[in-house]
Amino acid sequence: MNPEVIRVLGYLVSFIAFVALNAAMLVWMERKVAGHIQRRIGPKEVGPFGLLQSFADGIKLMTKQLIVPEGADVPLFKVAPMLVMIPAVMCFVTIPFSEQLAARNINVGLLLIFAIASVNVFALLLVGWASNNKYAVISAARAVSQNVAYEIPMLITAITVVMFTGTMNLQDIVLGQAGGFWNWNIFPASKNIGMVFLMPISFLIFFICSMAETNRAPFDLGEAESELVAGFHTEYAGMGFGLFFLGEYANVFIGCSLAVILFLGGWQCPFGLFPGVHWFLIKVYFLIFVVMWARWTFPRTTFYGLLNLSWKILIPFSLFNLVLTGAFIKVF
Amino acid sequence: MGGYFKEIFDGAYSLVTGMGVTLKYLFQPVVTEQYPHVVPTIPDRFRGHIELVGNEETGAPLCIVCGMCQKACPSGCITVAGEKVEGVKGKVLTQYTLDFTKCSLCGICVESCKPGAINFSKDYNLAGLRKEEFIYDLKKRLEEQKR
Repeated sequence: MNPEVIRVLGYLVSFIAFVALNAAMLVWMERKVAGHIQRRIGPKEVGPFGLLQSFADGIKLMTKQLIVPEGADVPLFKVAPMLVMIPAVMCFVTIPFSEQLAARNINVGLLLIFAIASVNVFALLLVGWASNNKYAVISAARAVSQNVAYEIPMLITAITVVMFTGTMNLQDIVLGQAGGFWNWNIFPASKNIGMVFLMPISFLIFFICSMAETNRAPFDLGEAESELVAGFHTEYAGMGFGLFFLGEYANVFIGCSLAVILFLGGWQCPFGLFPGVHWFLIKVYFLIFVVMWARWTFPRTTFYGLLNLSWKILIPFSLFNLVLTGAFIKVF
Repeated sequence: MGGYFKEIFDGAYSLVTGMGVTLKYLFQPVVTEQYPHVVPTIPDRFRGHIELVGNEETGAPLCIVCGMCQKACPSGCITVAGEKVEGVKGKVLTQYTLDFTKCSLCGICVESCKPGAINFSKDYNLAGLRKEEFIYDLKKRLEEQKR
């Protein structure tokens, strides 16, 4: 058999396994973080420290019946959860976990990730439409307008990084940050002294946008339980709902790993010692912890507050940041 | 224009303060009690369902079957019965049933009891599957406690 086919299959299987395991562990982590922030314990009964709780939940979801509501668009209704899941898995293709561990070294990797990730919005719209449920439609419309609003500042800040590094290849972006934390793009003191003031702003805008892009609290208006039942997945039961969950956590992972690759030096060690996949995972899971921490600290914003934050603050700031970045790259 | 930046700065500052508060909470010890695993310390004035008080030495119920509790109970939960036994002064308790499905834990029975033969228990595990499980035979309960 062609070794290339085996390689592709191997990566595909391990990505899907990683997405599932990652989601299971993140659900556990989320519940633990939520518990301790509220001074509770969180899951503790199933397995040591409740580690097997999400597997028990997963088995429960898999045994449940998939119910298709009356008047739903049946083919779309069944395809939509997979459409949420597939882009999430596809995004992993370009993410370099370490120098050797990357499925594909594509020289427009950054562009490809944004292209694939925006399919997710389309899937959410389909979900809302196919469910034949007014709450799902409202939620889908919210999710789409939110994603459109936050894609703009996110892409603009990504462009500042591309301008600074001069490449869209994620491998090269990380390789350019080798050596130590003073070489990282968030604080590039050794490369360009002017960018020291701009890059933290870029990182903050990027991080807020990736939180909003993945529909995480405090921007989870698509899932506002108090007004929209459960949001776009109201009509889904069993593993249909489970796939949305897997997709959401995979997207959180992708958002955080992009932030790590672009700003925090990817798999590079902060002190220039033993770079590798462990550093990448430590940084990504730390950022995911920050995302969870924010979720359990802040209440959900209003919809106008959400759009105002994007159009009135993040977009002007990111545009100004872009212009200044261009100037600083020339000047310093 | 100044208001615009001030709003952003104040907003960001309040968000960071909030994150600080939750981070502090994250590392503080948990305050919840793990219900089935941990037995809580029940306060002295806790009102469980009533129970009979036994004599400290013999363990026999202090109840003299006067029937005051049965009369005092506004919901009619209590049924007391006794009989005369040769050589014992007064009546001897043969039955003391509490229908806990009707009891509202008002405590008038405890107040009305002259010899102090009934008391609030500290029992808080009160789940059951059938209505009959909540009709307690308090005499049997006292005998079981004695053993």
